Amino acid sequence: MLSINHLQKRFGNRIAVDDVSFDVAIGETVGLLGPNGAGKTTTLSMISGLAHPDGGSVSFQGQLLDQNANQLKRSVGLVPQDLALYDELSAWANLELFGGLYGLSGKQLADRANDSLALVGLADRRGDRVRGFSGGMKRRLNIAGALLHDPELLLLDEPTVGVDPQSRNAIFENLAELKRRGKTLLYTTHYMEEAERLCDRIVIIDHGKVIANDTVRGLYRRLPATGAVLLELEAAPVSDGVLASLAALPGISAAIRDPGGIRVEAADLGASLALALEQLAKFGLRVTSIRSGRVSLEDVFIALTGHALRDGPVAAVQP
Amino acid sequence: MNFAAIRALARNDVRIYLTDRRAVIVGVFVPILIAAFFGYVFGGNDRSEEAGKIPIAVVDEDQSGVSRAITADLGKESLLTVQILTRSQAEERVRAGKVQVAAIMPAGFGNAATRALFSGRMRPQVDLLIDPSQSMSSRVVEGLMAQYGIQEITREAFSNDGTSTSGIQRGLSLPYVIATSRITSAQNIPYNGYAHSFAGMTVQFILFAGIDAGVLLLLTRERGIWQRIRSAPLSKSQFLFARTLATTLISLFQFALIYTAGILIFGVRISGSFPGFASLALAFCLLNAAFGLMLASIGRSASATRGFAMVVTLLLVMLGGAWVPSFVFPKWLQQASLAAPTRWAVDGLDAMTWRGQGLSAALSPVLVLVATAAVCLAIAIWRFRWED
Repeated sequence: MLSINHLQKRFGNRIAVDDVSFDVAIGETVGLLGPNGAGKTTTLSMISGLAHPDGGSVSFQGQLLDQNANQLKRSVGLVPQDLALYDELSAWANLELFGGLYGLSGKQLADRANDSLALVGLADRRGDRVRGFSGGMKRRLNIAGALLHDPELLLLDEPTVGVDPQSRNAIFENLAELKRRGKTLLYTTHYMEEAERLCDRIVIIDHGKVIANDTVRGLYRRLPATGAVLLELEAAPVSDGVLASLAALPGISAAIRDPGGIRVEAADLGASLALALEQLAKFGLRVTSIRSGRVSLEDVFIALTGHALRDGPVAAVQP
Repeated sequence: MNFAAIRALARNDVRIYLTDRRAVIVGVFVPILIAAFFGYVFGGNDRSEEAGKIPIAVVDEDQSGVSRAITADLGKESLLTVQILTRSQAEERVRAGKVQVAAIMPAGFGNAATRALFSGRMRPQVDLLIDPSQSMSSRVVEGLMAQYGIQEITREAFSNDGTSTSGIQRGLSLPYVIATSRITSAQNIPYNGYAHSFAGMTVQFILFAGIDAGVLLLLTRERGIWQRIRSAPLSKSQFLFARTLATTLISLFQFALIYTAGILIFGVRISGSFPGFASLALAFCLLNAAFGLMLASIGRSASATRGFAMVVTLLLVMLGGAWVPSFVFPKWLQQASLAAPTRWAVDGLDAMTWRGQGLSAALSPVLVLVATAAVCLAIAIWRFRWED
């Protein structure tokens, strides 16, 4: 088990990580969620031994990191957020370096490199220079570089940043395969859908503090709203006054501006939907379609922190 | 000790160096071209009289009034710095490049020259031992010797009563002959003007490779690769050792290629001690690796460090006599430039190539280079930021 106990880290006067504690069981996939600057990467840096905590401790399989750093590092694979690759070298040469860093050489290194390339679907590109790879291929090779020493624990720092949906799916499949092989994964992201799809449990971190640590289902249960619909309007966007009047209706927990219309959340959609349609008619707004909307982890995050997970405006009005 | 990690890191640096073929070409062929140019321009054409005094030695085996007077005249000459030495001391000084010319007046020179002034027969021989790289200096000394020789011998001849003056009717002639010997440690080694310029350009461009190694390390720190290296079970000392090993190997590769071209195309010869030459090459390449590592340790960013390092390197190269031989420097600068390790490297390589000196002549340069490398490494280890 990976145990994070009361971790603290300061940069000058700024507290980047403030008393963070959570556990990750062997074989479990845990998502570390939070907006940019929440403290995810700093937490991961301390777990991987890149940064020394100002307080608290990290242990894996009962061994403290600061007492057995090199031994524990052999059990951990890090996939950094920035691409950790030499563009001017081939995929194979990169893997030879990374394997060598963990003491691998000869046939063992070749076998591991072949396995890693096969896992990420780049076996046929082993001799090509990384410079010619697409963004998605580089991301997959970046993951392969962390697998050579067959680590028990894989730390992935936003491994899908800047890749197209197709490559993201390929990466998800790679991670799912690692999960099937029994690897323990700790995965930072600010994409809720990624965490929802991959993770057994999610730790939400904001302003350096853990604000939730639960399964996806458990997090949903924290929301008052259990249903949502998306009302598409002929004339969009709508004014704040319209959103406020909808949110004030009985049973409606939130009215959120959405591209093309309004997202309405309510505990009992059957009763509340008619009231909402009637209210919109009073404003002279014509509804062109009604689609079912699912409450997402984004909503959970907003409910927990009061602000959006990703950068950008969110207009949500709650009663 | 994680030897596999050290090997992997070193191999990776060598790979990256070889991958950039343009940099390899610049690092190997440009110094060859520049060395060829300087060798052509400076080869055997010493212009030191334009910049400072010519250090010469006078060996007075005659100790006659004439020879003493000539020695005194040469000593007053503004173009020269004169040392009075024995023949063996003079040979050693010329061989080591400490003096550029030695003039030897043999026993009986004064009397024989005075008699030969009128008769033109039985002229004594003055030996001029010259540093092969300083042939212009030897001509200056030859001219001054003729000027002061005629002056003093004539004075001696006309001051003696009863001396025959019939010879005047036949006209005066130079009353001695000059025999010139080029002095190097080994015998019959023709001087090659390219040898010095190859030493200088090799030193310069290997230092450039050292800068590149330092900048590569700073760039590595700025990329995600640094996190991957830091997350591996690797210590700071292992990492620094691997980098030193890689840069030393790259520098030796570059060194070997440049000198191979010098030997095959331009006739440069390692006329001195080969172990001495190899030791110097290794010591300088080690210094270069340490220099690059020190730059990476004290530099904040790759771009700023590159600019600063280029200025420092060019200064070191100039002081080392890589562009213009150090003997054309003013005296004070010749002394000051001994503080630059490049001066020791260039002088050491000169000693092992065209000067043909033995292993002992490589000892001091090697010690200075290794000591400087140790200082650079100590600074690098002290200042290197491993944990940020």
